[in-house]
Order: sequence, then C-alpha cells, then structure tokens
Amino acid sequence: MDKLEQLILQFQQKDVKAYEKLYNMYCNSISGVVNTIVKNDDVAQEITQDVFIKAWNKSDSYSSKKGRFFTWILNIARNAAIDYTRSKKFKQSKQNLNSDFFVDILETSDNLDNSTDAIGIKEFVKKLGDKCKSVIELLFFKGYTQKEASEELDIPLGTIKTRNRNCIAELRTMVGA
Amino acid sequence: MNIQNYIESGILELYVAGSLSEKENEEVYTAIQENPALLKEVLSIESAIVKLTAAAKKDLKYSFSTIEKEINNNNKETKVISIAKPKTNWLQYSGWAATILIGSTLIWSLSQNNKLKEQVASEKQQLEQQIENASNNLAEAEKLITVFRDKDIISVPLAGQAVSPNSYAKVYWDKKTKSIYLDAKGLPEPPKGKVYQVWSLKMSPLTPTSLGTIDTFTADANKIFTIDNANESEAFGITLENEGGSISPTLEQLYTLGAVVASTP
Repeated sequence: MDKLEQLILQFQQKDVKAYEKLYNMYCNSISGVVNTIVKNDDVAQEITQDVFIKAWNKSDSYSSKKGRFFTWILNIARNAAIDYTRSKKFKQSKQNLNSDFFVDILETSDNLDNSTDAIGIKEFVKKLGDKCKSVIELLFFKGYTQKEASEELDIPLGTIKTRNRNCIAELRTMVGA
Repeated sequence: MNIQNYIESGILELYVAGSLSEKENEEVYTAIQENPALLKEVLSIESAIVKLTAAAKKDLKYSFSTIEKEINNNNKETKVISIAKPKTNWLQYSGWAATILIGSTLIWSLSQNNKLKEQVASEKQQLEQQIENASNNLAEAEKLITVFRDKDIISVPLAGQAVSPNSYAKVYWDKKTKSIYLDAKGLPEPPKGKVYQVWSLKMSPLTPTSLGTIDTFTADANKIFTIDNANESEAFGITLENEGGSISPTLEQLYTLGAVVASTP
C-alpha cells in the first residue's frame, strides 16, 4: 500500500490529520476547477471549503474500485460548482464575467510566477491549440463524459480519447510529470 | 492485454478525468491492480492534472483550519446524537429479532409445506392403489359372475367333513378352459405352518391328484382361487397339509369333499 492509499484509508477512518494532508495535496486543484466554472474568486473559495466538508461527511461513499480519490473529490467539486451556476445568485452576477476558458484564467493569473511547474504550465497554455483547450476544458474542468464531449465538439468518440491523450502527454512533458 | 496499446488508447486519461462509466472504471481499476506499469502511468497523468488545475486558482488564501473547525463541529454534533443511540440499537435489535422470527417462520412453513406435500403424495399413491385394487376386484367379480352364469360350467358343492363339519367350499369347473374356480370362503384360516391342498379325485379306484396348495389363502380377500385342472375329476377334496403340500392327501385332515354330478347334456 502506498502512502496515498494509507492517507485515504485514515481519512475514511475519520483521521483529521490525514485529511489535512489530502487537503493540502488537492485544495489548489479543486479551487482551480471550481473557479473555472463559477468564475468568481470569493465564491470559488466558499464552494471549495464546502466541497472538502462534504467529502469528509461522505467519506464512506468513496471506494478505490470506483476511481481515483482525486477524481472522486474532483467530481464533488464540479457538481457543487455547476449547481451554483444554476442558482439565481450566479445568474445575477453573470454580467461581470469575462473569461470563458480555463486558459484565460491561467494566462491572467498572478499565481503563476514562481515554480518551475508554473512556468511549464504557462508555456503549455501558450502553445496549446484550440482543439486541446476545448477537450481539456470539457473533460477535466467541466466533468463531461467522453460521449458528451464528443457531442459538444462534434468529433468522433475515439478522437476525443486520443486527442485528450496527446494534449495531456504534452502537458506532462512541460511539467515533467 | 497489450499494456502499451492500453495506455496509448487514452483510457487512463479519461479515468483520471472521471469521464468513464462505472463499469469501465472498475475494469480500469482491475487492470491497474494487475499491471504496476498502468498505476505508474495513472499517477503521472494525475500529477500533471493536479498541477494544471491548481494553476487555475486565484491567489486567495486557503487554509485547512476553517474546514477543521467545521469537521470538529460536525463530530460534536454526532456525539450529541450518540446519546440517543440506545434507542437506535433497540430498533436495530427488534429489527433483527423480527428478521429472525420471520426467517424461522418461513423455514418452518416451508418444512410444513413439504411434509404436507409428501403426505398428499403418499395419500394419493394409496388412493391410486385402492382404485386399482377396486377396479381389479370389480373385474374379478365380473369374471366370477360370468363364470357362475355360464351354462357349461359345473358347480360342485364341497361339504364339511369329520375334522371340520362346519366347513364348506364350492368348485366351479370350466371344462373348456380346463380350470376350476374354488370358492373357499367357508374354510377356517389354516394354522401357522399349514396350507390347504386341493385334490381332484377319481372314485373307483380312489385316485387323488393334487391340484396344488393354496399358499395365498390368508392374503386373498375374496378367497376365490383359480386353479388349472385338466383331469377328468369325479370329486374334489381339500385337505390341510404341512407347508409345501403332500404327495398324497392326509385323509384325517380332509376338510371338505364333494362329488361332481354329471351335467345333463
């Protein structure tokens, strides 16, 4: 059993210290995804906290057979964020929005200046073609299924799969993962 | 499975993204368990995605303390609720008790049902046997009636003799089929180890011919026995003999005797 599996197990046994470690690993990612959907920093902060509290309360429902822990919490986050976008509150604040893609957020982010990862991601985003942008946006940030993405972008199912793989392969080279 | 092809297919990226169906997720999970190379690939994809998504976060302070506070509050609430726990337990216990009760009632009913089924089956069998017997008896009775009514059949009454004056029997002799029907209802049950033996007799000189022993006397209900008789009999007699019969009749044990009265043509 690796360290991550150990932490997840402890989290399911309601070990707060273990959960803090998991939180520190994924909190920025979850926040980034939520922010891409709700497009509001304060709201994103609030929803991210809710997501981690929700995950704690329903820790029993997670099983490694169903997928990765990161994917599980990513799902909770996307659903929470999408729920918010359907609310009245969101619709009223909509006129303030300006960015459509996660790449826009990335490009305007002042968060991306120190680490080598950040440099890699900036490079990646600059080079990223529109095809990659949309596929990554839908699959990872919006939580579309392969089929939904294929319908949305009007490209074959298999193409989604391979295009996504190629885009992520590029990203992996950039960040050295 | 070709690991390289599997990786190249892009399914692992979709797995991390959460875009697969529940079934596909389980399939990928199984594949990962079997191939460490797949796990390595998944971890690498996940790591890249974690970095990419984290970059989309605005520069706001995030700390675990807010969440920890919430979590601890929730835990306290859980503890408060836990005081009322015995009630839940009681409910649980009665639930289990009811389940066991229902379960055992069900098993009991099933076994009762099976018993009844077996009983019905055996009763049915008995009934079938009775019906079969009855129809056999009926057929026999009808046969007897035709025998008694047949003008060619000679009826010979056998009277009780010294050893058993109250005994009687009757022979119906069908010369065409060379057989006799012996009605032995008037004979007492033979003692254990003894059987009745039927004889065909010629009078001058007295020559007895054995027609056989009646081994089924006790078991037979109507006491009517069909016996082959190809002899030119002048009389019929029944003696009590040791089991297995005798070569010649034991005259001291002659129960009944009757002479054939020649039928008028």
